[in-house]
Amino acid sequence: MAHDLPTSAAPLAAIDDLRIAFRGHDGRFSEAVRGLSLTLQKGERLGIVGESGSGKSLTGRALLGLLPPAARVSARALRFDGADLLAMPPRERRRLCGRQMGMILQDPKFSLNPVMTVGAQLREAFARHAPKLGRREMREKIVDALAAVHIRNPERVAAAYPHELSGGMGQRVMIAMMVSTGPRLLVADEPTSALDVLVSAQVLGVLDEMIAKHDTGLIFISHDLPLVMSFCDRVVVMYAGRVVETCAARDLLHAQHPYTRGLLAANPPLANPPDELPVLARDPAWLADTGCAPRDESATRAGSDMDNSTDDSASTLADSNANGDANRAARSGAHGACR
Amino acid sequence: MSTPVTALDRLRALPARNAGLRAALFALRWLITLAVTFVGLLAVTFVIGRKVPIDPVLAVLGDRASASAYAATRAALGLDKPLAVQFWIYARDVLHGNLGTSLLTSNPVLTDIQRVFPATLELATLSTVIGVLIGVPLGVLAAVRHNRLIDHVARFIGLVGSSVPVFWLGLMGLLLFYAKLHWVSGPGRLDPVFDGMVDTRTGSLLIDALAAGEWDVFFNALSHIALPAAILGYYSVAYLSRMTRSFMLDQLSQEYITTARAKGLPERRVVWVHALRNVMVPLLTVIALSYSFLLEGSVLTEIVFAWPGIGSYLTGALLNADMNAVLGSTLVIGATFIALNLLTDALYRVFDPRAR
Amino acid sequence: MLPSSEATPQNWRAWLLTDTPASRRQAALGRAYRRWRRFAANPLSLFGLAILLLLILFAAAGPLVAPHDPLRQVLADRLLPPGSASHWLGTDQLGRDILSRLIYGSRITLSIAILVVVVVVPIGLLIGTTAGFFGGWLDNLLMRITDIALAFPKIVLALAFAAALGPGVINAVIAISITAWPAYARLARAETLRLVEADYIHVARLQGASRRRILLRYIVPLCSSSVIVRATLDMAGIILTVAGLGFLGLGAQPPSPEWGFMVASGRNVLLDAWWVATIPGCAILAVSLAFNLLGDGLRDVFDPRHGD
Repeated sequence: MAHDLPTSAAPLAAIDDLRIAFRGHDGRFSEAVRGLSLTLQKGERLGIVGESGSGKSLTGRALLGLLPPAARVSARALRFDGADLLAMPPRERRRLCGRQMGMILQDPKFSLNPVMTVGAQLREAFARHAPKLGRREMREKIVDALAAVHIRNPERVAAAYPHELSGGMGQRVMIAMMVSTGPRLLVADEPTSALDVLVSAQVLGVLDEMIAKHDTGLIFISHDLPLVMSFCDRVVVMYAGRVVETCAARDLLHAQHPYTRGLLAANPPLANPPDELPVLARDPAWLADTGCAPRDESATRAGSDMDNSTDDSASTLADSNANGDANRAARSGAHGACR
Repeated sequence: MSTPVTALDRLRALPARNAGLRAALFALRWLITLAVTFVGLLAVTFVIGRKVPIDPVLAVLGDRASASAYAATRAALGLDKPLAVQFWIYARDVLHGNLGTSLLTSNPVLTDIQRVFPATLELATLSTVIGVLIGVPLGVLAAVRHNRLIDHVARFIGLVGSSVPVFWLGLMGLLLFYAKLHWVSGPGRLDPVFDGMVDTRTGSLLIDALAAGEWDVFFNALSHIALPAAILGYYSVAYLSRMTRSFMLDQLSQEYITTARAKGLPERRVVWVHALRNVMVPLLTVIALSYSFLLEGSVLTEIVFAWPGIGSYLTGALLNADMNAVLGSTLVIGATFIALNLLTDALYRVFDPRAR
Repeated sequence: MLPSSEATPQNWRAWLLTDTPASRRQAALGRAYRRWRRFAANPLSLFGLAILLLLILFAAAGPLVAPHDPLRQVLADRLLPPGSASHWLGTDQLGRDILSRLIYGSRITLSIAILVVVVVVPIGLLIGTTAGFFGGWLDNLLMRITDIALAFPKIVLALAFAAALGPGVINAVIAISITAWPAYARLARAETLRLVEADYIHVARLQGASRRRILLRYIVPLCSSSVIVRATLDMAGIILTVAGLGFLGLGAQPPSPEWGFMVASGRNVLLDAWWVATIPGCAILAVSLAFNLLGDGLRDVFDPRHGD
């Protein structure tokens, strides 16, 4: 499963067989994350890629203990720095969040409290680390933190409300809030998905700088494969709640798994683009696992028509109409069954 | 509305730097809405007044008036003028405070209302306070412990609150807590023995008695207001807890709550500072709405408790076909109701930083 | 039509729940069945429905079910407590059987509530959809009027109207209707604005449907579900208002056994004969509760958040 680089040190974070399930309308549990395992070394940058619904956001939140109460979590092991997160009392785990772990969310318009000023929210974050700081020193610390993320007018921004900031500025405020205290682990959940390309590059530059400064371990969650390839050391590809491939970022172009190859092919080159865009054809064999029950009969019937081939046999990079109907059936069967 | 056409549009298109001007503009629009709505209310009461099956001339003169006296009185009452002019006269009278004379008390209706309205305000205020103190925390807890016991309790209270007739609940309350248990005093605001012991300066017996240091009077007044305030307060609790729960559930699923938790803040702070602060503005408007509902609810409650407020006055006038008093009370209650409703609109604009 | 030759319950269910209905009727029935299943999953909603069905039963079969004549005064049997052999819920101060009065009173309550809804919903729908569909100055004018009407106190105005028009059932209906329509106009307008953007409306217009046809044949039926849910939820409030008017003597006149008036007449004997005022109030409570539960259940079923 995870063919990591050999390590001698204990990992910063270790997840073994994580399962996250939600109760549906009919009362049955359906798993969104089905047996995921990964490790993160100190100071390493790990990217998690997958499409919407693959469970990557949930994985990040599970590590921080920020899942919605409706989620049912179980794992063989969920460790941070050797400590067992599952056995930890919730209050202690919450404290861990502020001190050693942080999270950056996607859209600062929603992820910052709209009725509190930026400065007040930063003060809250910093007060957990330096409770004895006086008012003036705290104000200086806030201004310094904002300046460190290259915000040009830190005093004005500190007095502003989140809706008055642009997207890029808001994300930089988030970075200042979560990273300038020097957490050991940071989870970035699609940090640039709400930003346009230029601003995205700026924000990533700031993030890069801050992480390098504090030697923070990073879990970078995104659906943008090229971005993750350039920013991270190692990449994990998720599909339908499971890891289908793990490799070093530079080795990703030579990825083995057909799903990964399909994702790579979904980014056609600008020079010499193909005449027809490749369509990713999903093989239900990728879902082959226990606990993946199809939702209704029609899906199973369609799925069983396509014989349960293994990875090797499926020529899944279909170019277009050749496999048309069967693929469509497989796709609908696959989609209908699992998220 | 793409290209500015009217002066209003051009004003609206001004950059945010002229925030002061825009604020003044909104205030003006609000005042105009208030005025127009009030005129609408006047029109409605005017129509109701004209719809009365009793001939107002005969009501004044009696059955056996001569034709000439009839004509003279009719002219004196202004009934021979066109409808629009009559409405204008009516509106002018009302704005000058002339609401007619009550058939029952022979006083000007406005004087009567000035005498009785404070009692209703005292009752509505105390009931709202009860509603806020109990209803809001209940709603927050129900949202935080979603689908657990306290949530079901809150929802049950809310459900009963929208199904129970207030006059019946008042009667049951009197039966149980006054007649059987003797925990509270009966109808009325004070025992007759305490009547007139305290100057009514603020209109609230509780405050006046406290200010005068008359503890006997205070406790007696308290025991009289306890039951009606509890009954009305129950409705306020039901409404406010349901609204607070709904607002809080909405907020607790937002992303900034995740951020707050990721910052390591204790859950107590996340709920009561971060989430609640976002709920303040809609909550304030809902509290104002609750107050206005209670003003209405008092109409049916006061008669049960013989509480000498505008509700008793209105129902008494109803039963005796005293139309001047009925319409006057309707106008006053209606105007207060409208003012509170429109106030809630203004509150949004003032308190929400995003709306500025 | 059926997938197999036997008409077993499983086959009916499969037929109704199939993803590929063969006819419009099958699709409509299937949708109704799905909605019923979702509704029935909530025991409280079923409870509300049960009470309402009981109410309708009593109202319809009143004369056959009531043990006594509700108007018959037997002064020798005054103020019998509930549980008496001949009068299960006791008698009032004029010796009239309370149970029978309750049953006959259900007809009055139900008819006033239904009349109000029948009057208010079409008016509100008409005004709201017209305003939302045609837009412009008509929308502005209608909505200004609606906003003004919404800002009025409902109960107080209903009282004033009832006082002016005089007591009686019809006047009570008129008085309540006059204050209840604005909320439906608002709702219908909001729904219309949402629907007008839909593609199938554009298609209908391209096919040459007149605006009136679009309005009446498309928009109004589509608004109906949310309006019906709202009406059901409001019924509880309407019943309470009707009872309130009756309590003040402005509804059905004595000796008519209107529930609100029964509570009022029980006030005089409250301390000695608590049941005369309590029992009619329990009936009002039960019916109001039932409408609330039913309305909540319907809202959960029709709410667009649930899809389907």
